[in-house]
Amino acid sequence: MKFGVVVFPGSNRDHDAWYAVSRTLGQDCELLWHDSESLGNCDVIILPGGFSYGDYLRCGAIAKFSPVMKSVKKFAHDGGLVFGICNGFQILVESGLLPGALLRNRSLKFVCKEVELRVGTADSPFTREASPGSILRVPVAHGDGCYFADERTLDQLEAEDRVAFRYVENPNGSLRDVAGILNEGRNVLGMMPHPEDAVEPLMGSQDGLVIFRSLAGALAGAGK
Amino acid sequence: MEAVKARVYVSFKPTVLDPQGQTIQRALHGLGHPSVSGVRQGKFFEIELKAADRDDAARELDQIAREVLTNPVIEDYRVEFLAT
Repeated sequence: MKFGVVVFPGSNRDHDAWYAVSRTLGQDCELLWHDSESLGNCDVIILPGGFSYGDYLRCGAIAKFSPVMKSVKKFAHDGGLVFGICNGFQILVESGLLPGALLRNRSLKFVCKEVELRVGTADSPFTREASPGSILRVPVAHGDGCYFADERTLDQLEAEDRVAFRYVENPNGSLRDVAGILNEGRNVLGMMPHPEDAVEPLMGSQDGLVIFRSLAGALAGAGK
Repeated sequence: MEAVKARVYVSFKPTVLDPQGQTIQRALHGLGHPSVSGVRQGKFFEIELKAADRDDAARELDQIAREVLTNPVIEDYRVEFLAT
């Protein structure tokens, strides 16, 4: 199995994701440049945190037009696993791979702290090793993380069990405390918090590892 | 071809909360403007382009606004032509 982490100009958590996969999880991981349409035969594509293209226009709005995203969209439509973290989540909603939008935090302040997430579902390749209702401690670090969608979309996400994570204490004003959501096919996950920064004792929490372990388990189960 | 100059105004849909606008409104109240009952913040893009005619320019600007300048989930827009 092979993981790929896309590097956009302005990505800054790309190496954190790479570290979590290659060092902590012990799996093969490649960095993929935004300017190439090649996904290097990776089985999971991670869109990392950061400020792609300086957050110009809107967060993730320019990244969605990059050559690599053309391939990521096709990969996702064909059922490939795509995991967007923070800015990666913003890119996924801008690309239309996930519903809704991420607005400026309700407080207008950049929030950078550890938060508690409640696992919403174990029915996905990203959360299959987590227990629904269990709590994960992971950091958030964002200025535009307020999840917004119309009522109909929010109802649909809940009815289809697609809210992967909810904040225990909402740090940004996200509607219905949404911290992470799945697409209809359950092969695309976007979340604002940073599980890749909670994988070693030194980081204060290892709770983020369950997502990477789930992905490895899902790929191993698929014979990869 | 005709040189055209236009502004594309982008604003949040009425259903989307605008915390920046609310903060500006509170500041205005603090600065002695208690009569201000609402502020919504938006942005505009000044665009110069060449087009066959005004209709052609309007079509292209519409496409640019829909596909790039706005996120239709949260934002509305309107195009205004300027004198060149």
